[in-house]
Amino acid sequence: MAIEEAPHHWVRRALFPACAAPCAAQAQTAIGAQDALRPAGIQAGHILQLWHGTVALCLLVFVVVLGACLLALWRAPRGSRQSPADLGTLDDGPGTRERRLLYAVAWGGALSSAGLVILLAGDVLAGRALAQLPVSGALHIELTGHSWWWEAHYRDPVSQRSFATANELHLPVGRAAIITLRSDDVIHSLWVPNLHGKLDLLPGRTTEIRVRADRAGTFRGQCAEFCGLQHTMMALQVVAEAPERYAAWADGQQRPAASPGSGSAAQHGAQVFRNSQCAGCHAIRGVAAGEGVRIGPDLTHLASRQTIAAGMLPNARGHLAGWIVDAPSLKPGVRMPAIALAPGDLQDLLAYLETLH
Amino acid sequence: MTPPVEKPGDALDASVLPTFAFGPRSPMWWGTLGMIVVEGMVFALTIMAYFYLRSRSPAWPQESLPPDLFWGSLNVILMLLSGVPTGWTKRAAERQDLRCVRIGMAVCVVFGLACLLVRIGEFSTLNVRWDTNAYGSVVWMLMGLHTVHLVTDTYDSIVLAVLMVTGPLEGKRFVDVAENAGYWYFVVASWLAVYAVVFWGGRL
Amino acid sequence: MNIDAADEAQLEATWRDPPGWLGAISAVNHKTISCRFMVATFGFFVAGGILALLMRLQLAQPSNSLIGADRYNQLFTMHGTTMMFLFAVPVMQAFAIYLVPLMIGARSVAFPRMNAYAFWIFLFGGVMLYVAFFFDTGADAGWFAYVPLSTFKYSPTKRVDFWAQMITFTEVSAMMEAIVLITTILKMRAPGMTLNRMPLFVWGVLVTSVMVLFALPAVVLASTALITDRLVDTRFYSPEHGGDVLLWQHLFWFFGHPEVYLIFIPPLGFISTIIATFARRPVVGYRTMVLALIATGFLAFGLWVHHMFATDLPELGKLFFTAASLLIALPTAVQIFCWIATLWSGRLWFRTPLLFVLGFFAILLLGGLTGLMLASVPLDLQLHDTYFVVAHLHYVLLGGAVFPLFGAVYYWFPKFTGHLLGETLGRWQFALFFIGFNVAFFPMHLLGLQGMPRRVYTYPAQTGWTGLNLLSTIGALAIGLSVLLFIVNVARSWRGGVVAGNDPWSAGTLEWSVASPPPAANFNVVPVVHALSPLWQPGGTPSHVTGLSGEHREVLITSIADAEPDHRLWLPASSPWPFVAAIATTILFIGSIFSPWAVVWGAIPVAAACTMWFWPKQDMTQHRRSSEVPP
Repeated sequence: MAIEEAPHHWVRRALFPACAAPCAAQAQTAIGAQDALRPAGIQAGHILQLWHGTVALCLLVFVVVLGACLLALWRAPRGSRQSPADLGTLDDGPGTRERRLLYAVAWGGALSSAGLVILLAGDVLAGRALAQLPVSGALHIELTGHSWWWEAHYRDPVSQRSFATANELHLPVGRAAIITLRSDDVIHSLWVPNLHGKLDLLPGRTTEIRVRADRAGTFRGQCAEFCGLQHTMMALQVVAEAPERYAAWADGQQRPAASPGSGSAAQHGAQVFRNSQCAGCHAIRGVAAGEGVRIGPDLTHLASRQTIAAGMLPNARGHLAGWIVDAPSLKPGVRMPAIALAPGDLQDLLAYLETLH
Repeated sequence: MTPPVEKPGDALDASVLPTFAFGPRSPMWWGTLGMIVVEGMVFALTIMAYFYLRSRSPAWPQESLPPDLFWGSLNVILMLLSGVPTGWTKRAAERQDLRCVRIGMAVCVVFGLACLLVRIGEFSTLNVRWDTNAYGSVVWMLMGLHTVHLVTDTYDSIVLAVLMVTGPLEGKRFVDVAENAGYWYFVVASWLAVYAVVFWGGRL
Repeated sequence: MNIDAADEAQLEATWRDPPGWLGAISAVNHKTISCRFMVATFGFFVAGGILALLMRLQLAQPSNSLIGADRYNQLFTMHGTTMMFLFAVPVMQAFAIYLVPLMIGARSVAFPRMNAYAFWIFLFGGVMLYVAFFFDTGADAGWFAYVPLSTFKYSPTKRVDFWAQMITFTEVSAMMEAIVLITTILKMRAPGMTLNRMPLFVWGVLVTSVMVLFALPAVVLASTALITDRLVDTRFYSPEHGGDVLLWQHLFWFFGHPEVYLIFIPPLGFISTIIATFARRPVVGYRTMVLALIATGFLAFGLWVHHMFATDLPELGKLFFTAASLLIALPTAVQIFCWIATLWSGRLWFRTPLLFVLGFFAILLLGGLTGLMLASVPLDLQLHDTYFVVAHLHYVLLGGAVFPLFGAVYYWFPKFTGHLLGETLGRWQFALFFIGFNVAFFPMHLLGLQGMPRRVYTYPAQTGWTGLNLLSTIGALAIGLSVLLFIVNVARSWRGGVVAGNDPWSAGTLEWSVASPPPAANFNVVPVVHALSPLWQPGGTPSHVTGLSGEHREVLITSIADAEPDHRLWLPASSPWPFVAAIATTILFIGSIFSPWAVVWGAIPVAAACTMWFWPKQDMTQHRRSSEVPP
């Protein structure tokens, strides 16, 4: 299986000759924060605290041990090939210098042990803190990893909302979320460093991670377990927002897709979606086609997302067009094939997709 | 063993030392022990994998029947019995009794071949294929690993048996016979473990 | 103690390798095999380094298109696989094969032909992997090839098959070398070299070799199960059929964690040797050092789950492994304190070997401390699978193994070749390597904390990771340059360097009592040992062994603890059968990538070659019989 490595801009350039702007725009488009040193949630916060304590202790040890080594190098007398070997060292009875050196080593060992115990205590306390996140009234999200995208199903026991989405999660600030993790194929790993450490998505097992965003912001996560050709391009957008804004978003996600106005380009686009290969893999709730299909991401509210192709491209018409027409040239190995569409059909399909807020 | 005579002066005379030795005195013994450690670890880890997979499975065997007991149990008896000629041959080798060694090696080879024949019966009544499920895979892996040992040790024994008849012979060859016998004990011991797991692991 | 010229010539003729191409494939002298091994592993080191440079060039800029996803995945897999399986473990065994007999006063290793076979099988396995790589069939699932990605369903080409078979080649080689080394160390030490007079390097090799016997079987089983899953549809790793994906991780890391200690412990022996020589005194606390080596080897088996903290294993279990991972720092710390105490109380002679050892102190210390960080489950959940781990592993592997290894090369090169490596060029290499290493790898700690995961072929500019990546690439280029300096130094010094003589360092261990390079038989006269540092401490009587044949490869076998003379053995002279058997084995292993029947049919030539290997020769048997002394 030879993977073609096509230069990934030519498609877009072929369709949109004046493409310089979108390409540059891609480089300029802001992406979410992806940084463990700037916690936006309590779990990442606990871990960073442990980090600070650990670094402080390790820095102390480093300075002391290296210092002792450098001091030894500095103060020891110089020798040469001619210097006879010091055999007085063979005598390590009480009162000898050798015995004193051994005591020093023993002290070093004792202090090191104490340091290790302190580290262990810190680890236990931090672990306990992570496990004690209050989860009453938590949001439930089921995340399934695919190569190379994220499938999400929300189940909110409080508001009874339940919907599917993909590649972008929204979280209400200040409310815990319990995310169960499964994989459809190989091992993936969910990692949103601003919110928490990572947890693997293991085929054949279900794992669970508990997070809470404590300030608003847009954060980027990335799959952190090598999962094949496009492991690099499996990002997850996480938007933490105030509870009211989250509720508005969730209500929007809950609704089925709006029916496009009759006679409009968008309506024709919906037909193109139904009649071409799209509906075979993608679900758009309310279109009476592709219902329940999970081979590709749920597109019901595609236009509400900031990125497409699992964070690889901004969600803009030019990129979307390039993706539809020839996804494999943009992301070689992707399951979505190149789709041949008449230009008119493509434009109408795009018009329809843009209505899916 | 005659201790080396120290000549006046400062030389230690090695020429009075034996030119071969048995048991842990011999490097061959240590080489064989090394092989036993490695292979024992492989068996131990495979057995652990068996129980690990079992712990992850709601039913065990997974949608299969456990293996039939007859052929496996017959091999247990055969292998335990084979300890007799093996021990006899080992002691004969240690006293460098060529005639007994020749007879003993022939008997050991017969036992080895018999065990291999019985092994065919075991494989045909395992009641699961290697590709049916993970249970089948680990059972076949355990049986397969042991069979490889059985085949190689029987082949070793055949080569040695022939050599002890045709020559060329020297004292060191008796050490080889003794080590081969010792290795056969390992083949028997590992069979007892594999048998217990494969034939009873699905029943208890 | 010398012997006359005629006896010396006879001894040389008896022990040296035969000439010509037939001689080349029949050679079993441990020094010959070892030199080939060292050159081969160094070749793989350079290859792995070039792969790394390519990766760093790709990562120097965001959204770079120098190297695409598929090639990049092959690069990082081949880099890790090469360094771990084809360089780091084998090079330590290669050094041990050369040095152990010389340090213990023996003329050979215990099983010379098996030693030769182990080299050939290693070489063929490594070459196979690279030939596959050059045909775009390079392994691409990571050097630890997690399932299910590495199963046939998700990796349907032969790439992973070649990888898994390479494991088979190298694991067989490593296990055989371990058996050779253990037997040599226990049974062939010169009379008087009791266990507590054994050099610390030899202790390190003994501990490492015992570890090999217990650790390698896990990867044997893991890779065999992967091969059968891929070839004949066993279901070990398929959850749909009752298998388990974590089974691979448990088996692999049960091997994989001890493996890094297989890489780390022999260099601890290098360091003890070099510090003793350049501080002009034996290392402080011999018994403590030995216990620390043994403790490290033992504890190494209790850590493996720390590679799996991001899976769904029970928390209490993970805590045990945190504690064990912290605990193993203690014996290493104690060794470091003993070395500092030795430097503190010695007379210091600064030469390149010591410089590399000092590099170890700074780098391994930092790497060990980041290891303590990774041992913590909460911290590991952020740091696992990020560039922080890449930084950590390179700090411990280069700091803990490669720096001491270069020190060892500068130290023993004069013994191997008879010429010293250039001191000035050595210092330049050290400085460039030390600085380049830190510039390359320190930034990676920050990159990991700033969210950069491992095994990514590019990253968006908006992440802000560009600067540190570029810096890292510059450091990598500096490392490459330093290796180039090393190669130049070796090329110039091999025949043209300062003549070394027997003992350029005025050191204490036995290898320095013979010529540089050593005669084929190592010792014209087998010594009797009376002290830990036989060349520094006064001797005793008896001082040497007589009565060993000069016309046949006769060696002295001694007892395990006290090295009392026990019996004599004639070791086999040169033989082409190890080479032939290795060829047959190679055909079997490579054949089984394509068909399971290769195992059956391929076994026949292997059996034939092994039988010919074993079958005694009439004339040699007659000779031995005529001079036989029964026990």
